[in-house]
Amino acid sequence: MSRSPVSDGGLRERILQETGVNTARCYQCGKCSAGCPMAAETRWRPHDVMRMVNTGAVGPLQDDPSIWLCLACETCASRCPNGCDPARVIDALRERFAREAPGGVPRPVAAFHRAFLDQVRRHGRSFELGMVMEYKLRTGALTEDALSAPGLLARGKLSLTPSRISGIGEVRRIFDACTGSAGTGAGGTGAGGDDR
Amino acid sequence: MRTGYFPGCSLHGTAREFDESLRAVAGAIGAPLAEIDDWNCCGASSAHVVGQRLAVALPARNLALAEAQGVEQVLAPCAACYNRLAKARRVIEEDEALRREMPELLGRPFGNRVAVRNILEFLTDALPVIEARLVHAFGGLPLACYYGCLLVRPASVTSAEDPEHPTAMEQIARACGAAPVTWHMGLECCGGSLSVSRTGSVIRLGRAILEDARKAGAEALLVACPMCHSNLDFRQRAMTRDGRPPIPVLYVTELVGLALGIEPRRLGLDRHFVSPAPLLARRGQAPAGGRH
Repeated sequence: MSRSPVSDGGLRERILQETGVNTARCYQCGKCSAGCPMAAETRWRPHDVMRMVNTGAVGPLQDDPSIWLCLACETCASRCPNGCDPARVIDALRERFAREAPGGVPRPVAAFHRAFLDQVRRHGRSFELGMVMEYKLRTGALTEDALSAPGLLARGKLSLTPSRISGIGEVRRIFDACTGSAGTGAGGTGAGGDDR
Repeated sequence: MRTGYFPGCSLHGTAREFDESLRAVAGAIGAPLAEIDDWNCCGASSAHVVGQRLAVALPARNLALAEAQGVEQVLAPCAACYNRLAKARRVIEEDEALRREMPELLGRPFGNRVAVRNILEFLTDALPVIEARLVHAFGGLPLACYYGCLLVRPASVTSAEDPEHPTAMEQIARACGAAPVTWHMGLECCGGSLSVSRTGSVIRLGRAILEDARKAGAEALLVACPMCHSNLDFRQRAMTRDGRPPIPVLYVTELVGLALGIEPRRLGLDRHFVSPAPLLARRGQAPAGGRH
């Protein structure tokens, strides 16, 4: 449980600088966790995360999928009596963990974000069919949801070819500048726990 | 004031009926929409997991395009796009260093001048016109207004007056003659971003939403988010216990379009997985044919 490539010293201060969220204001009332739609499925809930950031002991979060299941629904943030934003803190932790210990990101979650952003980097827009195919290849879930494509096609909801924007060069430069991954695909974003 | 239209990826794909019904309604109320030329994906539910700068820069390019194309406000009907665009605008507004960095990062001039509006604001503004042109009011159709997350939270980003008790969708529904029910799940999350990677969670969350709507007597759900629609319509069969009747999920623009007397097919109502045709027939609206 103590595996920690992310150093703990001053984590609270760094989160404050990065996100503007002062986790020290959290007094553990648990309102955030009471409203969290994923609390039923996660071991560590929003108020646990806030506590761990405050004590600097975030190791357990790296050994568990909990924070990767955050839906960013912001219910926690809107109900916090102290103006904290646990969802924003969770995002900052995910960014940090993906960068420093990508192996800990649950495979399907990483594969989805990777596949989605790959399409955006490639075409400037999301291409659903390409995204789903890449996701299936990355996860090996080849037959899951396989029957959905005909239904979507019949309703004119699935396009078979991507539409590429003319400013695609600008979008790729944005990806490169924001993820430091020139030429390696959106995967270099670090969302991927798996490799390419 | 010129309004730019940012459809976003979903409205060109799985949420085509949202695009079709919006265009039909905009035409009927005399509020033409100019699509932002060469727009890109807002980053949706993935970019922010990877990094805050990417999550701001992707939507910011669209705001820069809108600015260059001379519009003062952008309508983003997709709740996720709206949230991402509005959040980018706000983050950049509050972070001077980021604001100065933007033109270089985007490779474009950027003044962060364009306002971002959601579909509820757009329709609320148009209510007097909608009421004046109503030809087919719903006679008290009980429906559950489902906001989900991205239209209302966080309140610092959205314009929701009260993020725990918004009423804009109810007011639009009432203007169309419908009768919004009182229920408990209107602001709960449908599972959005885990739809593909953790479908079981989405089934659990969606089932609770549908059950509560039924218990409150709703005959349909009203939504304004392609992800909510996709989860609750496309995956409804997996969420429904045996014997329960299906419950159609309508985009708010489809409801308004029907009330304005627009033909169901032009609103894309034949593209749903849970057919609204029986409901429309029962309620004296023309049935939507095809594709089921």
